[in-house]
Amino acid sequence: MSGYLAGRLAYSIFVLWGAITIVFVTVRVVPGDPAQLMVGAQGTRQDVEALRHRFGLDRPLPVQYGGYLAEAVRLNFGQSLRLEQPAVDAVIQRIPATALLALGAMTLAVAISLPLGIIAAMARSSILDRAVSAVSLVGQSVPNFWLGIMFILIFARTLRWLPSAGIGGAEHLILPAVSLALLVIGVLTRLVRSGLVDIIHEDYVRTAYAKGLSVRPVIVRHALPNALIPVVTVAGLQLGHLLAGAVVVETVFAWPGVGRLLVDAISNRDYPVVQVAVLFITAGFILVNLLVDLSYAYLDPRIRYR
Amino acid sequence: MSSSPPLPAAAAPFRPPGAAAPRYRRGRRMRARLLAWSTPLAVFVAVAALGPALVPYDPVTVRLGERLKPPGAVLEHGAKAWLGTDQVGKDLLAQVLQGARISLFVSVTTVIAAGLIGLVTGVGAGYAGRTTDALLMRLADLQLAFPSILLAILIAAVLGPSIANVIITLSVTRWVTFARVARASTLVTKEREFVMAAHATGARVARLVGRHIVPFAVTPLIVVATVEMGLVILAEASLSFLGLGAPPDHPSWGLIIANGRNYLSSAWWISTMPGIALSLVVIAIGQFGDTLRDYLDPRTVSE
Repeated sequence: MSGYLAGRLAYSIFVLWGAITIVFVTVRVVPGDPAQLMVGAQGTRQDVEALRHRFGLDRPLPVQYGGYLAEAVRLNFGQSLRLEQPAVDAVIQRIPATALLALGAMTLAVAISLPLGIIAAMARSSILDRAVSAVSLVGQSVPNFWLGIMFILIFARTLRWLPSAGIGGAEHLILPAVSLALLVIGVLTRLVRSGLVDIIHEDYVRTAYAKGLSVRPVIVRHALPNALIPVVTVAGLQLGHLLAGAVVVETVFAWPGVGRLLVDAISNRDYPVVQVAVLFITAGFILVNLLVDLSYAYLDPRIRYR
Repeated sequence: MSSSPPLPAAAAPFRPPGAAAPRYRRGRRMRARLLAWSTPLAVFVAVAALGPALVPYDPVTVRLGERLKPPGAVLEHGAKAWLGTDQVGKDLLAQVLQGARISLFVSVTTVIAAGLIGLVTGVGAGYAGRTTDALLMRLADLQLAFPSILLAILIAAVLGPSIANVIITLSVTRWVTFARVARASTLVTKEREFVMAAHATGARVARLVGRHIVPFAVTPLIVVATVEMGLVILAEASLSFLGLGAPPDHPSWGLIIANGRNYLSSAWWISTMPGIALSLVVIAIGQFGDTLRDYLDPRTVSE
C-alpha cells in the first residue's frame, strides 16, 4: 500500500511538473511577445523593453525556465500586474468560493443522478428509462453557460425567485450549482444505470432475493455499494472537470472564484495571475484524481495494492 | 393423408422462438436511426452553406431605430425579423445563420487538423514502439491531466481572439483522443499476417504504413471525429463567450449569447436563439456519433 501511495504521489508530482512546463511553454514560447501583449498597443518600445527586463524575458529560454521552476517550487509567481499583491495570494483568496461551487454542484449531481440511475436500471427499456436517458443526453449537450443565462432569465429576471449574481446565502448558490451540475448529471446517471444493470444479474443478488429480502434492501444494501465503485471514480474525474467548467459558470453568475479571476486576469493581461490560476485549477484536478485512486482500496476490499 | 398447410406469402426462414433477429434487420433499424439523426445535421450544413446567401449578414450597418425588436417584428424597410434584432438593430436570424457557418467551419477544420495530428502521432507511436511510443504516450497522458478547456483558455488568451487561433488552440487540445485510438488500432494491425507478408515481400516502411496500417486506423477515427465535432463546437462557443474565440465582428454563437447578456430583461431573444441552435446541433451530432459507433461495431446489439 505505501509503495503504491509513493508511486501515485510521484506520478502526481510528475504531472504537476508537466502542467507547470506547459504553462511556461505556452506563455513564453508561443509566437507573440508577452511583454508586448502586457503593454498593449499604446505602449512604447521603452515600456516593452523595461517589462522584458523586469520579467527576465531578455534572458535565454533555458535560464528563464530554470528560474521559473525554482520560483514555482517556492510558490512565487511574482506580483500581480493589477492587484497590488502577489499573484498567488490573489488566487488563494478565491479558492473557497470555487471549492464551494464545485462541491455544491457535485453534491447536487450525485443527489439527482443516483435516484435517476436506479429508476432507469430497475425499469430497463421502459418509457421511464428512455426519459432518463433523454434527460441525461440533453444535460450533456446543452452548453452550461447558455443554460446559466436561461436560468437567470427565468428564475431571476422573470420570476424573481433567486438572485442572478454574486455570492451570499444558499439562494446565491442554487443557479450556478445547477448549471454546473448538469454537465455531470448525465454522465453519472448513465454510469449508475449501467453498473446496476450488470450487478442485478450477479449470483449474490439472486441469493439475497432467495433469502426473502424485498427489492429495496437488495438494491440499497447489496447491489448499490458495488455499482457505486466506478461511480466514485468518475465522480472524482468529473469534479476536476467541474473545476474547469466553473471558469465559464463563474463568469455568467459573477461568482467571485478562481475562474472569474482567471477571465478577468486574461482581459487585464495580468499574466502572473493567469499562470497561477491555471496551475491551481490543474493542481486541484490532479489532487482530486489522486484522492479518488486512493479511495479505491478503501471502497473495494478486493483491490489490494502492492 | 392431409394436405400441407399453405405457405405464407413471404416464406420467412425458420427461427427458433427467442433467437435473435437476423443481422440484416438490426442493420436496417440502425440505418434508419442513422438517417434520422443525420437529417438535422444535413439541415445544419445546408444552413451554414446557403443561409448567409438567403439572409445576408451585414457586419457594418447599424440601424439604431430598429434595435431590440422582438421576433417576428416587421422592420422599416419591410423585411421581417424572424428572430428579432439585437442591440444595434442587426437581424438576429442573419447572425445565427452566419454563426452556423463559423461553427461548422471551425469544427470541421479543427477535427481534420486534430485528426491528422492524432493519426500521425498515434500510428507513429504504435508502429515505432519502444521509446517513441513511451514518449508520445506520456505526452498524451500529461495533456489529459490538464482539463482541456483550461488549456484552450490559456492558449487562446496568449494568441488573442481570431478564428484561425481558435482552430489552432482546439486542434492542440483535442488531438490526444485521436492519437490513442490510432495507436490502439496500429498495435493490433501491425501484428496481422498481411502486414508481415507485405514486410516479407520487401515493402518499404512508407508503403507498409500508408497502404496496410493507416486504412485500418481510419474507420475508428471517423467515430471519434463525430464525437469530437460536438465537443469542438461547444468549446468554440465557450471560448467565444469568454471573448477568447471569434473576434467581435464575427457573430459566433457564443459571442451572440454573450452580447445578449446585457439585454436579458428587454430582449430575451438575443441570448436565447443562438443557444437553441447550438444545443440542437450538439445533440444531433452526439446521437449521430453514438449510432454510427453502434453501426460500425458488429459486437453491439441494440436493445
